[in-house]
Parts: sequence; structure tokens; C-alpha cells
Amino acid sequence: MALDALLWCIGALLATSVAAIPAARHRAGTPVVYGAALCLCVAALGIAVTSLLAGGSLQGALTLPIGLPWLGAHFRLDALAAFFLAVVNLGGATASLFGMGYGRHEETPGRVLPFFPAFLAGMNLVVLADDAFTFLLTWEFMSLSSWALVMAHHRRTGNAAAGYLYLVMASFGTLALLLAFGLLAGPAGGYAFEAIRSAPPAAGVAAVVLALALIGAGSKAGLVPLHVWLPLAHPAAPSHVSALMSGVMTKVAVYGFVRIVFDLLGAPTWWAGALVALLGSVTAVMGVLHALMEHDLKRLLAYHTVENIGIIFIGLGLALAFEANEMRAAAALALTAALFHVFNHSVFKSLLFFGAGAVLTATGERDMEQLGGLIHRMPLTAFAFLVGSAAISALPPFNGFVSEWLTFQAILASPALPQWLLKFLVPAIGALLALSAALAAACFVKAFGVTFLGRPRSEAARNAAETDRWSLATMFVLAALCLIAGILPGYFIDALAPVTQALAGAHLPRQGELDWLTIVPVAQSRSSYNGLLLFLIIALAAGLGAEAIHRWASGALRRSAPWDCGFPDSSPATQYTAGSFSQPIRRVFGAVVFRAREEVRMPPPGDLRAAQMHVQLRDVLWDTFYVPIAGIVSYVADRLNKVQFLSIRVYLTLVFGALVALLMVLAVWQ
Amino acid sequence: MDRLALDVAHLFAGGLVLVSFMLLYQDRMTGLVNTFALHALVVSLSVAWQAHIQHAPHLYITAAIALVVKAIVIPFALHRIIVRLGIHRTIETVVGIGQTMLAGIGLVALSIMVMLPIAAKAGTLAQQDLAFALSVLLLGLLMMISRRNAVSQVIGFMSIENGLILAATGAKGMPLVVEISVAFSILIALIVIGVFLFRIRERFDTVDIHALHEYRGEQP
Amino acid sequence: MLLVLALAPLFTGYVRKVKAHLLRREGPPLVQPYRELLRLLRKDVVLAHSASWVFRVAPYLIFAATWVAASLIPTFATGLVFSYAADVIAIVALLASARFMLALAGLDVGTSFGGIGSSREMLIASLAEPAMLMVVFTLSLLAGSTQLSSIAASMQEPDVGLRFSLALALIALVMVAIAENARVPVDNPATHLELTMVHEAMILEYSGRHLALIETAAFLKLLLYVSIIASVFFPWGIAVSGQGLMAYVAGVGMYVVKLAAGGFLLAVFETAIAKMRVFRVPDFLGAALMLGFLATLLLFVTLAG
Repeated sequence: MALDALLWCIGALLATSVAAIPAARHRAGTPVVYGAALCLCVAALGIAVTSLLAGGSLQGALTLPIGLPWLGAHFRLDALAAFFLAVVNLGGATASLFGMGYGRHEETPGRVLPFFPAFLAGMNLVVLADDAFTFLLTWEFMSLSSWALVMAHHRRTGNAAAGYLYLVMASFGTLALLLAFGLLAGPAGGYAFEAIRSAPPAAGVAAVVLALALIGAGSKAGLVPLHVWLPLAHPAAPSHVSALMSGVMTKVAVYGFVRIVFDLLGAPTWWAGALVALLGSVTAVMGVLHALMEHDLKRLLAYHTVENIGIIFIGLGLALAFEANEMRAAAALALTAALFHVFNHSVFKSLLFFGAGAVLTATGERDMEQLGGLIHRMPLTAFAFLVGSAAISALPPFNGFVSEWLTFQAILASPALPQWLLKFLVPAIGALLALSAALAAACFVKAFGVTFLGRPRSEAARNAAETDRWSLATMFVLAALCLIAGILPGYFIDALAPVTQALAGAHLPRQGELDWLTIVPVAQSRSSYNGLLLFLIIALAAGLGAEAIHRWASGALRRSAPWDCGFPDSSPATQYTAGSFSQPIRRVFGAVVFRAREEVRMPPPGDLRAAQMHVQLRDVLWDTFYVPIAGIVSYVADRLNKVQFLSIRVYLTLVFGALVALLMVLAVWQ
Repeated sequence: MDRLALDVAHLFAGGLVLVSFMLLYQDRMTGLVNTFALHALVVSLSVAWQAHIQHAPHLYITAAIALVVKAIVIPFALHRIIVRLGIHRTIETVVGIGQTMLAGIGLVALSIMVMLPIAAKAGTLAQQDLAFALSVLLLGLLMMISRRNAVSQVIGFMSIENGLILAATGAKGMPLVVEISVAFSILIALIVIGVFLFRIRERFDTVDIHALHEYRGEQP
Repeated sequence: MLLVLALAPLFTGYVRKVKAHLLRREGPPLVQPYRELLRLLRKDVVLAHSASWVFRVAPYLIFAATWVAASLIPTFATGLVFSYAADVIAIVALLASARFMLALAGLDVGTSFGGIGSSREMLIASLAEPAMLMVVFTLSLLAGSTQLSSIAASMQEPDVGLRFSLALALIALVMVAIAENARVPVDNPATHLELTMVHEAMILEYSGRHLALIETAAFLKLLLYVSIIASVFFPWGIAVSGQGLMAYVAGVGMYVVKLAAGGFLLAVFETAIAKMRVFRVPDFLGAALMLGFLATLLLFVTLAG
């Protein structure tokens, strides 16, 4: 029943997308389309959340007679699907709400409006799909609709190249998934997930399927080394679509991975867990280091998505390793940490992208080096962005800290793993995770500090104005959600219990009824955390301090020029820029990771021209993998190009040769 | 009490690994020689403690030799060599200090992995002591390959010998004759190396071994 | 909670006095930090024109986060009030929040000195925090828990022994504590040269009661780190909760003795060593990270769970 309602919502989304083609020409078309998408997403969100909390009673399966004639289209709503549907529709609802205000500034609504509801519909369908064909079809539909959105502003420099790279990587990912499903279906050809689940493959085949799923889902999620399209494509789309792509579509990719590896593959092996966790940790560190070097706000956020996907995959890898060793409670802990981080990341990454979109509309600039001092011109946006930055840096009492804390608890439960390689690998993974968390905080001090604090560095920043009410409302809703998920994590963990029960065979103890809403993942004696209490005590301490000081000491304040060590009236150009902020970190980590080179060109004495500093960073993975492959493909294509220019007689000979060869094969095979 | 004795021995072995890491961390010659003196001191203390708990008085002589020769005489001689060579400033390392220490951690992990199945019957502490001794050896080799300066390579070589002493005394000792012969051969090797260093310095005005490549006509 | 607040300025005064005596000076009186704080509290705040609300709110948040973190340490007794609300990882994260707000405040006024402080502080933090977390992992693996009270209690058990991992963890923690508290050789707390500042550069524009709060937070942070080292690695004399008033008083006495010893060692170390170049600090902290990682690795290999 819930499934029917969801399918109706999705159908309505598709109808909206078709209706948007004529509606885009009218001025009122934009809010109508986004409003419709908002209502449908909220409805779907409600259904998904009720289904998740109510358990099995609202779940079910359905087969529609569309698609392949002997297969039909299977859809299923179970605990895992309900959770990811909640994530997708929350992102969709907030993006639609943001779009109602942001969409007014869109120059070509006809290129954005029809594809937006289609994108939302595609993501919902992927999560609901219950057979391989439907899954792949809806996956491709999701990719194509997002590609159309990426190409919406195709005349801007770099967007066309970004769209091309995105299309190539998406096709490559779908190819990998196609092969994976082919192997899973086996010679019997049973494509329905039911059939696949009941016939788990042999060990060698399972290994290949895991690798293919890692490549396919990982390329969409942004695992290293398949992440290169993400920082180009995500920023090219309009801001609310960037939020959807970074915050939600990457989670749909995670869903694909979880569905294939945890659900369809049967019992995992320990080295699979080691591989996934190792890839996750490398992704996390590489992502955050690249983010630190960026000064384009949206590219920084896109690289940061890569880092958080790495953290999610660390949790998933640990869960696989625990499950392979029959340590179900620890597997549930790791899986809960990963899935909670899925939710948290979609919330605060959407918030941050909305903030970046607001800044872009207000100033027309994405480059942090041209911004500054926006906190005075856009105070509410700045506040929401600050909450998002604090949440993503894993600071208590926000939600990012809770999922990182749970991941650390999972790592601390790892000495019980018997395999030696895991014993050496997991502490290294823990160290890399800690390093990426610390670097993420540095990255967001830079992002918030250079963009919003300080003094304006350009005319655009000086004349910025606050954004409209819809955008602000969206950002504040998400900021409130960050705080709530951080203070009351017990309820979220309980909501995830049916999911981990289905996947790992165990779930964390019920958190909702503990004293003062503490969360205790394993045992009271081992570790506990109480976000609400911490938040209240800090607020109390700060409040008491402020009250005491203002009452008994001085409360006076006056404004004056800054001290600046006695330098009078320095220009805003003397402030720290984004590049200078990250220079120490670039110097320490850059030589190895980016082959960073700094070059200072000083004019000779007496010459009044300015000195110039050039910083050159290269993505090592791009140079090692992609450039050679592109070179090879280009070379082969050049060679094959000769086939275009043959005469008619040669073409006829080719057709004749192919026919003869096929007949010979038929003769031999009989 | 027995448990405490084993713990102290284990602590000395671990301390030697720590001092080997300190050797890798140094970037000045004087600091390097002083840290090597500390290295030799820890080895002699460890051997003395082994002599105490194994009730093997000949190991006290080994400890005394290690203390006098390696912790006092050789560092003193090296200090004088350094000052006369004029290289008491920075050492150039081939790779950065951070990467060297990362490689050092990898070597310690490797030693643990190697030693675990071999010494499985002896119990956890003995396993780790052997693993630490192997680590000191490998870290000494790492120091030799990551430095360009000939004097620091000599120090790396001598720290390898300290690791061997640790391993040998931990496993219920070696006869005194072997110890004396090893110690004297090291001393003679040092004298010979010292003489060569001075000859090299006179000839080429540097002890940077990369410079020797150029003079041989090879590409550096 | 009030004990740490009362003792923090006294501890800093004690360290300064010992350093002065080592330099053959008389030094300021022990209660001088209290006088400085009172003087600052009574003065007006002078705000730059470009300072925003972040600049004004940050001191209160920094103070609150550091005070709460310091109160969670079992200084003289385990099982103190609400100690189950946050474990060691949460304490590290609270200090990270304080640092986040401080770095933002440094960037707020829009001068180059604040930028120097913030960017160097984030570099130091990006290496010191993982090293601290590795030390935390080592301790938690040994104690089987991340609650600081449980860790302190389990360190008093006789079968812990002189584990090598603990020695490594202690050295790593001392190195991290020096870096985090802006002590020589990482940062000079008494410098007046802007190019050698890290912590001082971020708070250059602060005055009046805001500066008093930030200074108190710095005192509390130093006390916090020395207390962690004292309560975890030298846990003798800590009262278990519920043992009665005499045990608590004895616990407080032992705590003061441990603080005095720690302060003396810190002063000797600071006087004996020179400040490092800024780009030698990553090597220093990298070494701390390696030591912490080695300690965790050894425990992972030898423990069964």
C-alpha cells in the first residue's frame, strides 16, 4: 500500500516534468513546478519515514507489466529502501524549496525545469527497483537527467567539458554495473533480485562482482581514483541541483553498493572489507587535501563530498570485515555509523551548497578570493553556513560528530578481528580518518573565514544583499535538523535498527529510553555520549559566564579602527586569501600528493611591476590513469577512422565477409 | 617480580626502537652523534639488566664495553672529526624526514609480521623483543640509505650492530670471545673509515657521496 | 568544575614563576594571572569596525567549551558529575570546537596577522589532533573503554604493567600537549614578535573582558592537558566516587602535588630548549603521530579484543 502511494508520487513527478516544458515559458511556471515537486517530495518523505518506523507492516513488493516482456518491472519497499527514500526525498524537498526562491534568477528555465522533477523521480525509482533491468534503466535515467541539468549553462567555460567527462564516467559506471548484474544473474538468467538473493554466487565470481560493484557504484559516489568528474560536474549545475547531486545522488550510489554487496552477494569475505575500508580512507584524505587547495567555493564543497564518501566507505568496509568474522554486533555498529553519516552528510552538504548558491546569486562570484566580509551584508546566510561548517567539521553538539564518534567506536572494536592483515590495516585506517577529520576542520575555517569574515575584497562583495525568504527558510530548516540530529541521535539510531537487522543480522540496543537521551552503542561501561546534556551544559556555561561578567564586571564596548600592530588603514588586499591560508598545509603535504610547485617571479630591482607567485598543482591520479587511457583511446580511434573513408566496393566486401563468417560459425557450432 | 623483570627488559628493547626513531629524526650532526651516544647507553643498560636477570656475569663486561667504547669514546672521536671536517651544520637527507619516519613505521610493522610466526612458542614479550631487535636493524639500514653524508652512514652502521647485540643478549647471550672480537672489529672498521674520510675530504673537499658520483663520471 | 576554574590561573602563574627562577630572576607573584584577569574584566572592549558578531560571541563559546572539557577530567576523583555525557573523543572534539571558533575569530577582523595565526594554528591542529586521537585509541584499547574515569581506574590495576605502548603514548601526549598549548618549542607564549606568534596572533585584536575569557580558556587548556597526563599515566591517589570526604580531600591533595611536579617539569623543559622554525613543527608533530600510531599498532597486534 505504501509502495503504491510512492509509485503514484513518482508518476506525478514525471508528469510534472513533462508539464514543465510548456510551463517554463511563463514567469509563474518556476514556482509552480518547484512547488509541485516540493509537495510530492514531502509526501514521499512522509511515506518513507512511516514505513521505516512502522516496520514490516507497510512494506511490500509490486510488479508492473512494463519493461521487458518476460520480466516486468519489480519494485520493493523494504527497510533499506525506506531509509534511502527518506534521504532522497528530504534532499529533494529542500532543493525544491530552495529552488522556489533561487529559480527566479535562472536565465534559461526551460533547460532546468523539465529535468529537475525527472531527476528526483529517477533517484526515487533507483531506490525502489527490485530487479536488475529496472535498476539499470532507472540508474541511466538518473544519470541522463542530471547530465541535462549539468549542461543547462553549457555556454559557460568549462561546463561543456565537465558534461562530457560526466557522460563518459557515468557510462563507464553503468557498464561495470551491467557486468556485475550479468554475473550475479548467472547462466540461468534470473534478473529479479529475489532470484539473485536465493542463488548466491561462488567465491571467485563474488570477488569479481564486488570489484565491479565498487567500480560502478564507486564512480558515481566519487571513490578515488574514479572521482575526477565530481569536482568538475557538480559545480557546473545550478546550485540546488549541485546540492542534489552531491548530497543525494552520491547516496543513491552508496545505496547501489550496499544493495549489491550486503544484500545480493551473500556472505562477505574479510579481504573485501579490508579493500573497501582502505579505498575509503585513501579517498577521505585525498578528497580533503584537494578541497584545501581549492578557492572556488563549489569545487571545494564537491571535493569535500569525496572525503565524506570515503568516511562512509570506511564504515561499510569495517561492517563487511566484521560480518565476515561473524561479529554481528560490531557489524551493526559499523553499519549504523556509515548509514547515519549518509543521512548527516546529505543534510549538511545540501545546506552548504545552498549557502554557496545564495552567495553566488548575491555576488555573482564563486571564487573565494573575490569575496569577504559577507557576514555584514548577508548575516542570516552566514549563520546557516556557519552551522553547516561546524557540523561538517565534526564538532559537538552537531550531527557530524555523532557519526564520526560511532565510526571511531567501530574502529576501537576492531582488535577482535582475527586476520593479521586487518590488525595492521585498521589502525592505519583510524589514523587516516583522524587526519581527514582534522583537515576538514581546517578546510571549513578557510571556506567560512575567507568568504564571510574579514573585509570585502571586491566590489561584488561590497554590494551583496541578503537572499530571498525561501532560500533562507530552507537553510534554517537544514541547520535545525543538523542540531536536532546531533542532540537527539538516539532516535535516529533506533530508526536505523531495522535496516542493520536486515543487512547484518543484528542491531544496536534501543537508545530511545536511556537516561537523558544518552547513546550507548555497545555497553554503558565502554562508552557513552550525550549530545543534549553537552549542548545544555555548554550553553549554560557560556550564558552564566556572559551574565556574570556583564553584571559584575564591565559591559562597555566601543568601536575603533583595528590594532593591526599599529599599521594604519591597510587595504583589504593585505588580508589572508584562501591560497595563503592553505599554504602551510600545501607545503607540508603538497609535494607528495599534488607535486605542488611554487614559483616566485620577482622583477629586477627598480622595476615597479608587482611580484608574482605561481602555484602549480597537478592531480597525480589524472596524470597517471586518465591521460594515458585517453591517449590510447585517441590513438585507436585515429587508426579506426580510416574505416570512414573507404569506397563502396570495400564496404560491400566487409558486409559479405561478415555474413560468410557468421554462416561458418553457425555451421561449426551445429 | 619475574613479571617486572621481563617488563623492564621489554621497556629497554622498546626504548632502543624509540632512540632509533630519534636518530632518523635528527637533522644536525651534533644532535645525531649525541643521539647515537644515547643509543649506545640504552643498549648497555639493557645488556646490564639482562646480565642481572639471567645471572650471567660475563654480560656485565659486554655492557661495560658497549658503554665505554660506544657511548663515550666513539661519540667523542666523532665530535672531533665533525668539527675538523666542518660539517656540524645540516645533513641533507635524500627524502624528507616525514617520509623517512613513515617508512620506519612500515619497517617496524614488517618486523612484527615476520617475527610472529617464528617466535610463536616463546610468548608475546619475547616475540616483541625479537621484533624490536629486527626493527632496530632495519631502521639502522634505513638510516644508511636515506642519508648522503658519510659520517651519518657510519652511525647508521653502528646502530645496526647495537640491534644485533640486543637480539643476541635477549636470547640468553653469546660467549664473551665473540663479543670482544666483534667489538674490536667495529673499532678497527671505524679507524679505517675515519682515515678514508679524511683522505676523501682532502681530495675532493667534501664528504657528500653524491659528489663522488660526478667525479667517477656517472650521472648523479 | 569550580576547582579547575580556580586552579587554572594559579598553575600558569606557578609555571611563570619557576621559569623566572631558572633564569635567575625573581618573577611575577603567583597570583599575578588573577590580577591580570580582573584588570581585563573591568576594561572596555575596543572592537574593530570590521568585526562581526562571530568576534563577540567567540570568547564565550571558547571559554565554555574549554571549561566543560576541563571539568570532565577525573582530577581528584572518578565518576564526577555527568562524566558519562562525554568520553575522551568528545573532549578532543570540544577542544577542536574551541580552536575552530578561535581560528574564525582570527580571520574576522581582516588583517594579515590574524590570518597568520589562524593558518598556522590549523596546520598544527591538523597534525596534533590525529596524534591525540591515536593516544586516545591506545588508552581506550588498554582500558576497554573510552570513558576517562574508566581509563584512569583501569590504569590503577596491577596487571597493566610497564607496557611499552604506554610509554610511547605518554611521549606522544606530551608532544601534543606542548603543541596545543602554544608552548616552546612550538610557539612562544611570551613573545612580542608577530611573525613568531601562533596563538597570540589570533587574539591580537581582542581586548577587555573578551581577552580575559580567552586567556582563562588558555589557562584551562594547559591545566586540562597536565591533568590528563597526571590522571591517566600517574593515577595514584585518585578517589573512586562514593569513597567519602576524606578520600576526596586526599585526592585533591595528590592532584595539587602532581600539578606542581608537572608545572616544574614544563618550566625546565621550556627553559632548556629553543623555539623551532615553523616548518619544523610538522616534523615534530609527525613524530608524535608516528609514535601514537606505533603504540596503537602494537596494541592492536597483541590484544585479542
